Amino acid sequence: MTTTQTQLFQTEKEELISGSEAIAIACALADVDVITAYPIRPYDTVMQYVSKLKADGAFDCDFIVAESEHSQFEIVKHASAVGARTFCGSSGVGWFYAMEAITVTAGLRLPVVAMVGNRALDDPGAFGVEHNDALAVRDLGWMLYWVATAQEALDTALLAWKIAEDPRVFLPFAVSCDGSFLTHSQAIVRVPDNKKVRQFLPNYNRGKLQLHPDNPITVAPQVNEDWLMEIRRQTNEAMLRATQVIPEAYDEFKQVFGRGDPSPWIEEFMTEDAEIVLVGMGTLAMPVRVAIRRLREQGKKVGFLRVKFFRPFATEEIRNALSHCKAVGVIDRDYSYGSPSFGGVLFNDLRAALYPLQRHPLMLSFIAGLGGREVMVRDVNQVVDMCQKAIDTGKIEQENTWIAVRE
Amino acid sequence: MATVAVEVVYRGIYQRTLARNIVRSIVFAARKEGKIGTAFGRYGDSPERNGIPAKQFAIVADTPEELEENLAVYEAQEVDVTINVDDTMCKGIESWAWYGLEPINKLTKPGGTLIVTSRQPAEDLIQDIHQRSEPFNLSIIPSTASFSGLWVYKDDHTDMRILGALCKVCPDLVSLDSMMAALKDQGTSDVKLSSAQKAYDRTTQRPVEPGEGSTEVPFSFDLPGWKSMEEGLVIRGIEQGGGFRGGQEGYQPARNAVFKKWSTRSMRPVVNFETCIKCTLCWLQCPDTCFDVTPDGLFDANMESCCGCGVCESVCPVPNCITMVNEAEFNDNNSEWEAWQKDANSYKQWMTALVEKQQAAGERSHGFHHVGGYAEEIANSRDS
Repeated sequence: MTTTQTQLFQTEKEELISGSEAIAIACALADVDVITAYPIRPYDTVMQYVSKLKADGAFDCDFIVAESEHSQFEIVKHASAVGARTFCGSSGVGWFYAMEAITVTAGLRLPVVAMVGNRALDDPGAFGVEHNDALAVRDLGWMLYWVATAQEALDTALLAWKIAEDPRVFLPFAVSCDGSFLTHSQAIVRVPDNKKVRQFLPNYNRGKLQLHPDNPITVAPQVNEDWLMEIRRQTNEAMLRATQVIPEAYDEFKQVFGRGDPSPWIEEFMTEDAEIVLVGMGTLAMPVRVAIRRLREQGKKVGFLRVKFFRPFATEEIRNALSHCKAVGVIDRDYSYGSPSFGGVLFNDLRAALYPLQRHPLMLSFIAGLGGREVMVRDVNQVVDMCQKAIDTGKIEQENTWIAVRE
Repeated sequence: MATVAVEVVYRGIYQRTLARNIVRSIVFAARKEGKIGTAFGRYGDSPERNGIPAKQFAIVADTPEELEENLAVYEAQEVDVTINVDDTMCKGIESWAWYGLEPINKLTKPGGTLIVTSRQPAEDLIQDIHQRSEPFNLSIIPSTASFSGLWVYKDDHTDMRILGALCKVCPDLVSLDSMMAALKDQGTSDVKLSSAQKAYDRTTQRPVEPGEGSTEVPFSFDLPGWKSMEEGLVIRGIEQGGGFRGGQEGYQPARNAVFKKWSTRSMRPVVNFETCIKCTLCWLQCPDTCFDVTPDGLFDANMESCCGCGVCESVCPVPNCITMVNEAEFNDNNSEWEAWQKDANSYKQWMTALVEKQQAAGERSHGFHHVGGYAEEIANSRDS
């Protein structure tokens, strides 16, 4: 791990950049050692910016364009095992093509950081955002976070290495960015200076787990049934420890950079006195907040809860935020064919999380914005109206509704 | 004004960097005035292709809350200014990102402004622009459309002139001072800044009243719902082609009814049917199967499906038999062969005049540039 950063990023600066560019800059700030790439839209914008930053001398890294997504994720897995800070990413079916490498990365407790430029899964070939690609790793030991702005993309990437490389965790971390709305839209972002980043983010030290000639070890053996449950239990404990490490990392982030969200887990918008709370992830926040501002002006008690960490799931925080409201409308930018109530992935996890509560809000599932379809204010109003109707009648007529789909 | 939105309608690849420079400079300039902004391209079901109409947006607002009304969208709902950097797109734009032909002024607010770079007089442009029920303003920046490539940029100051003109026609957006300051910050030279200043000084607006403009109804399509859509993701093949105009002779391929392609064109082929040797090369090489085979064995470029790539011109072995001519010269997509059949002499006069004018201008919008070609053109196109 050499420090090769140049004059760039010596002072904090404001830039007009996309979410992808923000992540690429985070790679430079974090002085990542090995970055692998294989093009697929919309993630590929990251590799464009990484190669430009490297060419401009902003940082030095081994930048390897592999021959497939699978190899791309295999390379960072191995690099991470020998102690290199790594970054990788993909989108849609590219992420799925790498799935074998992705799942073993978590199994081997390697802190790879990946960006998922959320994209609809084929077929049909489509470039717009759906969350099913990243959600596929929800059970595998990957931490999974949905950002809503380019600023949050940059900050979260820095946090991701901090958390993933903590020896108490050593789990991979996926930063999910909505295709187009984040990956291809430029916003004003504060880029911190690299001194602060170095202060926040020490070198990755794999300690006695590092694969090195001076530390002869074997990684990834075969086992029989007499070993596996204990291994799985270790990974589960690591994810549990992550729930402690995450708030610590956020506190330190605030101390070093002088800014940061109140909660790492969730963003609450006008939820305090809300009777209806809508829940969603990613850039869905924008139209929902706009709609809620307008509804509040009409005196309607509506709020929004944005789930940021999907894994580890913020069970307690979400319970606290939702226990007092009358109805919860979960807007999933994903689908789960044949799931309970045919609800979305977020909906079913959320409903399970609230089950032990004494008093449940009414819970309605909505599927919206698939394939990148814009979620409009009128769509949000429809969701609120259906939640209100459930409150007024005391019953849910339809557990799952698809919003703005042509009949 | 709390939120101001600007769109740049440009030709894919050729004008991408130009559009990006414009929208980014707008956000930087607004930042100088303490406003907040976003810049983004119209995301679509394809990376952009050569010449296809595409859009980039700049949206600025006084507060983050106001800006949020325009985030996580593909396009602004309406814009204060539409900037069209190739006047041939005044005829309407069709893209892989949407179905049907959109009028160039579709998003322009009532009372808003359409800025066009053009050598045509306002009256000729208005003939192409679709009529609307609300008035808007037209502002022309006299220049040739600035085309370059994916990896090269033709730095002919078109971006500067547009930004200068923009500050004039839309003072709610940013002042010229802020724009100049932002451009300076980006390392813009004094020569370039003077182009922005000149455009600001000279730009005027012409009101376009309701009822002025093209009466053509833009083609559009209704998309099916999930109940009527065929399952299994199949697309039925199009019918086989048949005889020319439904007759027994010649050949006319069937074409995609819902994607016409012609608005991708900034030049079109003009054919001299009298010197054609019927070698078939244009018909074979056309990547869009746009040639109809006429009953007399000639090849008529169908103007509904021609993208204007110029391959036919380059493969044609007969000098001046096929000539690519600026699309701005034409007001319809009618068949050249039919016009020639009707009156060969008139056609010849019309064709000869067009070809001579094109050759005299020596300007091509795209394709077949030699090394150093841009540098020569820049000298000619800079603020004449």
